[in-house]
Amino acid sequence: MKLVFAVIQRVFYAAILLLAVIVLNFFMMHLAPGDIADSIAQTMGGADEEIMNEIRAEYGLDKPFLTQLVQYILKVAQFDLGYSYFYTQPVTSLILSKIPATLLLVITSQILALIVGVLLGVQSAKNPNGISSFVVSMLALFGYAAPVFWTGILLLIAFSLKIPIFPVAGMYDVMVEGSFFVEALDVLKHLVLPVVTLSSIFLALYSRLCRASMMEVLGSDYIRTAKAKGLSRNEIIYKHALKNALSPVITLAGLQLSAVVSGAVLVEAVYSWPGLGTLAFNSILSRDTPTILGILFFSSLVVIVGNLLTDLVLRLIDPRMRGSE
Amino acid sequence: MTEKENKEKEEKPRHPLSEVFDMYIRNFSAVCAMLVLIVIIILAIFGPSLYPTDPFEMVWMPFSPPGQEGFLLGTDYLGRDLMAGLVHGARVSILVGISAAFMSVVIGITIGALAGYYRGTVEEILMRLTEFFQVLPTLLFSMVIVALFGASLPMIVIAIGLVSWTAVARITRAEFLRIRELEFVLASRASGASDFRLIFSVILPNALPPIIVQAALMVGSAILFEAGLSFLGLSDPNIVSWGQIIGSNRQYILDASYTVTVPGLAIFITVLAISLVGDGLNDALNPKLRRR
Repeated sequence: MKLVFAVIQRVFYAAILLLAVIVLNFFMMHLAPGDIADSIAQTMGGADEEIMNEIRAEYGLDKPFLTQLVQYILKVAQFDLGYSYFYTQPVTSLILSKIPATLLLVITSQILALIVGVLLGVQSAKNPNGISSFVVSMLALFGYAAPVFWTGILLLIAFSLKIPIFPVAGMYDVMVEGSFFVEALDVLKHLVLPVVTLSSIFLALYSRLCRASMMEVLGSDYIRTAKAKGLSRNEIIYKHALKNALSPVITLAGLQLSAVVSGAVLVEAVYSWPGLGTLAFNSILSRDTPTILGILFFSSLVVIVGNLLTDLVLRLIDPRMRGSE
Repeated sequence: MTEKENKEKEEKPRHPLSEVFDMYIRNFSAVCAMLVLIVIIILAIFGPSLYPTDPFEMVWMPFSPPGQEGFLLGTDYLGRDLMAGLVHGARVSILVGISAAFMSVVIGITIGALAGYYRGTVEEILMRLTEFFQVLPTLLFSMVIVALFGASLPMIVIAIGLVSWTAVARITRAEFLRIRELEFVLASRASGASDFRLIFSVILPNALPPIIVQAALMVGSAILFEAGLSFLGLSDPNIVSWGQIIGSNRQYILDASYTVTVPGLAIFITVLAISLVGDGLNDALNPKLRRR
């Protein structure tokens, strides 16, 4: 019951955050020089004053400010984000067609970063002066300092151009056709480099934090009890310690979500991955304001939902979180 | 006489900054990083006058590899001198990094200090605001700002500063919550210090060490951020920066990969140096470590 109440509370709070994003979008649209009529006129190659006024009336731009804000919120609440004159289709369907690619990239890279990061972290916590500790500190330095698009280009040069193992760009090969399995394998081949690039930033973060929290947990009393009981080292670490050591890592992973989406924009731009980032890049080049703001809305939605899920996962694996409610 | 003098010398409290300096000097990698950083800053300040070649001018055949015809790093796809781009770009990258970090530190300290000092409703509102900014995907948000309001250098600084203050606000708030309960704050409150005085000259100086470390790291992140934006083509087209060189040359990595790898290396080395300096400062400013 407590859990249900807490979940309802979180969902309500998430809705308010989303509302704030919508209001922010509205204000930016209004503060920016030029309005929708201008940008439509621009894509049409110029229009006279009469048509401009018609467009303004159609979009309700002649109404008072507050009315416009309420109308905008109501429209966005029904997932109507306007029409992209550059792509000649509604923004929502445009974005929905690109979201799966971005989610595939983001989720795969986070899973990879978490698994490898946790394994590295555990390994180096077992053995604080060993080689894996050294690897973790080197990774941490590299992961922070290397621009992610540069890492991507370096991997591209190494593994697509010099040693052509992986495809250079995109998500599918038009030449590959066949059963589901064949096509999935093709996507997988395209996925490897972008995922490795994107996870490189977060791998370092997770492994360093996992190392620290694992070392702390290993020093606690219940671990000494487990040792005294005569459990093996691996049993202690993976069965008893890991559960507790994981929860700060998952909290951090949740907090990183907006950074992951940001990183995905750059990685997509490097590999021409057909997701939200590439769409954002192209719509900014073509000054397609409704699409740009729509992407900001949907990506914030992804982060908010992701945070909600992280919160739920934490509650499920860590009883201490439940107790605090 | 001399004995007494020695005794006085020993008992005289040392200036805290000299203690910090001593700690810092003992950290080998932090000292090296500081030297590298000083060289880069000198390059950013005096480089353009020492190496006056216009980074936008076509000076030689396109794609001539490094080391030929006196062009140390070769030329790019338009025959522009890469060395000139690197030297002139350093100034922009460092300038944007420092100003954006400064802006986000000012916003972060203000919000964090007010939240931590007043608590209650003020804290609630300000921390919700902070969470809101944490939810917005930083790069996308600043892309939108730059795309809507124009890609000038000040707008890029504002776009970066506006999205990266949340960490500073959280740290400042945590420090304020801790320090405001300490006795010396109570003492100055009892002697009638105003809120303004308590916040800025009593609590803030004691909250500074972790903020300084974070600020140093922010300069690095801001440089990365600017590089990312200009890699995506969102930079002032009349000003050269490291990210912009990579962005404009990325289609030609088959012909001349050095036009992309070398500016990236410059960003990497600069940010690495900043992060090592930040680590050094962290160790030097942390009194718990100092006692060891």
